[in-house]
Amino acid sequence: MKLKKWLAALLSAGMLLGLAVPAFAAQEELLVDVSDDYDWTRFANDNITLNVYNWGQYIADGTEGSIDVIQEFEKLTGIKVAYLNYDTNESLYAKMSSGGADFDVIVPSDYMIGKMVREGMLAKLNYDNIPNAAGVGEQYLHQSYDPNDEYTVPYTWGVVGIIYNTTMVDEEVTSWDIMWDPYYTGEVLMFNNSRDAFAIAAKKLGMSLNPQTEEEINIIAEELKTQKMVVQAYVMDEIFDKMGGEEAAIAPYYAGDAITMIADNPNLAFAIPKEGTNYFVDAMCIPASSKKKEAAEMFINFMCETEVAAANCDFIGYSTPIQEVWEQLDDEIKYSPIAYPSAEVLKNTETFEVLDDDINQKMDQAWSMMKSYTEGGSGWMILAFLIAAVALNIFVLWRKYHKKKRDNY
Amino acid sequence: MMKNKSMAYPYLIWMVIFIAAPLLIVVYFAFTTADGSFTLSNITGIAPYTAVFARSLMLAAVATIICLVMAYPVSYFLSRMRASKQHIMLMLVMLPMWMNFLLRTYAWMTLLEKNGIINKILGFFGIAPLQMINTSGAVVLGMVYNYLPYMILPLYTAMVKIDDSLIEAAQDLGAGTWRTLTKVLIPMSMPGIATGITMVFVPSVSTFIISRMLGGGGNMLIGDLIELQFLGNSLNYNVGSAMSLLLMVVVLLCMSLTNTMGDEDVEGVI
Repeated sequence: MKLKKWLAALLSAGMLLGLAVPAFAAQEELLVDVSDDYDWTRFANDNITLNVYNWGQYIADGTEGSIDVIQEFEKLTGIKVAYLNYDTNESLYAKMSSGGADFDVIVPSDYMIGKMVREGMLAKLNYDNIPNAAGVGEQYLHQSYDPNDEYTVPYTWGVVGIIYNTTMVDEEVTSWDIMWDPYYTGEVLMFNNSRDAFAIAAKKLGMSLNPQTEEEINIIAEELKTQKMVVQAYVMDEIFDKMGGEEAAIAPYYAGDAITMIADNPNLAFAIPKEGTNYFVDAMCIPASSKKKEAAEMFINFMCETEVAAANCDFIGYSTPIQEVWEQLDDEIKYSPIAYPSAEVLKNTETFEVLDDDINQKMDQAWSMMKSYTEGGSGWMILAFLIAAVALNIFVLWRKYHKKKRDNY
Repeated sequence: MMKNKSMAYPYLIWMVIFIAAPLLIVVYFAFTTADGSFTLSNITGIAPYTAVFARSLMLAAVATIICLVMAYPVSYFLSRMRASKQHIMLMLVMLPMWMNFLLRTYAWMTLLEKNGIINKILGFFGIAPLQMINTSGAVVLGMVYNYLPYMILPLYTAMVKIDDSLIEAAQDLGAGTWRTLTKVLIPMSMPGIATGITMVFVPSVSTFIISRMLGGGGNMLIGDLIELQFLGNSLNYNVGSAMSLLLMVVVLLCMSLTNTMGDEDVEGVI
C-alpha cells in the first residue's frame, strides 16, 4: 500500500515536471527581432485567446526550417492564438454570415473584402495600434475594395498566370489561347471555381473579369464551353500535385505557388499572358463581431514586423506588400518577373470587384450548366425516372393488396 | 427487457434537434426567397439541371447493380463457411472501412492517374497508358469500391439465416442451380437485397467528393451542384435547399420501393 502511494507521488511529480519544462521553454529568447517602441505585453495577464482564420499553408509554421510565427507571437505577448484554416473566400463568407463563428483576424481576398465591407461585416481598424502598417508600399494602398484604407492591412499579393511543363510544351507561352488549343487536348487543367474560371475566359476574350450584364456572362460561358473538350480536369489545389507529378501540361495558377512548384520540379515554367490577368491582394481584417479588437490589431502589427513578414514571405512564396521586406529579399526573388512583375505587366492586370448578387447567381448557373452540358437531350430522364418509380411503387402496393385479399379467402 | 420507454429519450431529443429541425429548415428554405416570402421558383429553377440529376441517378444505379452482382456470390459463400472463418472473412470485408473515406478515394487518384501505378505497370508490359481517371467509369469505380461493404454485410446477414436444409430440399426435389437460386435463395434473401440496394444507392446518388476527385470535376453530380449553391459564388441557400429536398424525395421513393420489395413474399421467413 505504502509503495503504491510512493509510486503515485513519484509519477505525479514527474508529470508536473513534464508540464513545467515547456512552460519554462516558452520564456526562451525570441527568434525574431521586433520593434521596441510598441507595448507588446499589455495583454500578457489577461488570458486572451485570438481566433485567427487564414488560408491553408499561408503562414510560416516552423516546418522546413522556417520560424513558427504564431509561437513567436505567443511568446512575445502572452496572448494565445487559435489558428484555423479555410480553403475558399466563399466558405469563409458562409461561416461568417451564418453568425456562429467568432473570429478576430481573417485574411480574405480583395472582392470578398469589398463584399464584407458593403455588408458591414468588418470593423474599422485603429491604425495607431498598427504602426507597422505604415511600411506597406504606396502602390498597394487605396485599392477599390477599401479606397480609404480603413479596414485592411495587405498581407500578400500576386497575379494569376499559366504554369506549364516545358517538356510537353515546346512553344513559348504568351497567351491564354494555349489553354483552348486542341493540340493539348486532355493536357489542360482548369480552375474549378466559377469566378476564377470566368476571369480567365474573359481575359482571353479581352473582356473585363468583372462582368456586369447577363450577356457578358453568356459570352464568357460560351467560351468556357468550347474549352471543355480540351480540359483534362477542373481542379483547384490539386494543380499543385498534378503539375508537379507531370499529369498535365498546362494549368492556371497563382504566382506565389508557382515559384514553389518550379523549385520542386525544374521542368515547370510560369508565364503571365499578354491579354492581362487577375491581380489579387489578400489582406488582414478584423470582423465587426470581434470582441478582442485591440489584441487582434496587435497580431496584425506583429505580422507586419519586417522579420516576421520576411519569414512568412519566404515560407509561402507569395509577394509581400511591405517595402522593407522586399528590399531584404535575395536578388533572385527580388527581381523575379514571377513574384514581382514589372509595372508594365501590372498595368495590364485587373482586380476582382464585388458583383451584384444576381450576377453572381447567373455566373454560378452558367458555370454548372457549362460543366454538365454534354448530356444534351436527356433532360427529361429524371421525370421519366420519377414516373417509373411512382408507377412501380403503385404496382407493388396493388399486388400486395390483391394478394392480401386473396389470402383472406 | 426494455420496458422503460424513457431510455429512448436521449436519442429522441438528438433526433429532434439534429435531424428533424434541420429538415424543417431545409423545407423552409426551399419554399422561400432570400427575404423570406413564399415562392415555388426554387423548385422550378431546378429544371435546367435535370441532366445533372439524370447523370447522378444513372451512375448510382450502375454502381448499385455492380455492387449487387459482385456481392451476392461473395455473401453466399461467406455464409456457408465455418463460423471461425466467417469472422475472419467478415473482418477482411470491413477492413477498408477502418481507413478514412477521403484517404481511400485519394489513393485511387494516384492509382488511376496517367503517370499512376496502374499505368506504370501496364507500361512495363508495353501497353499504352489508359485514360482512366477523370471518366464516369472512375466515378463508378469509386462508388463501388467505397460502398461495396454496405452491400455485402446485409446480404450476408440475410443469407446466414437461410438453412442449408432448404437448399438441399430444393435440390432433392430436382431443382437445378438456376431454379434453386431464383426460387429459393433470391426470394429468401430479399430483405438483404433491399437493404443493400438502399445502403449503396443512397450514398452513391448524393456523393460529391468522389466525382470531384475521380471524375475530374467536369461531370457534375447532384452533390456537387448542391455544394456549389452553399459554398459557391452566389451562396444561394434557397436553391440549394430545393435541390436537397428533391434529392430527398428521390431517395425516399427508392427506399419505399426497395422496402415493399423486401417484405413481399417473405413474410413467413422473418
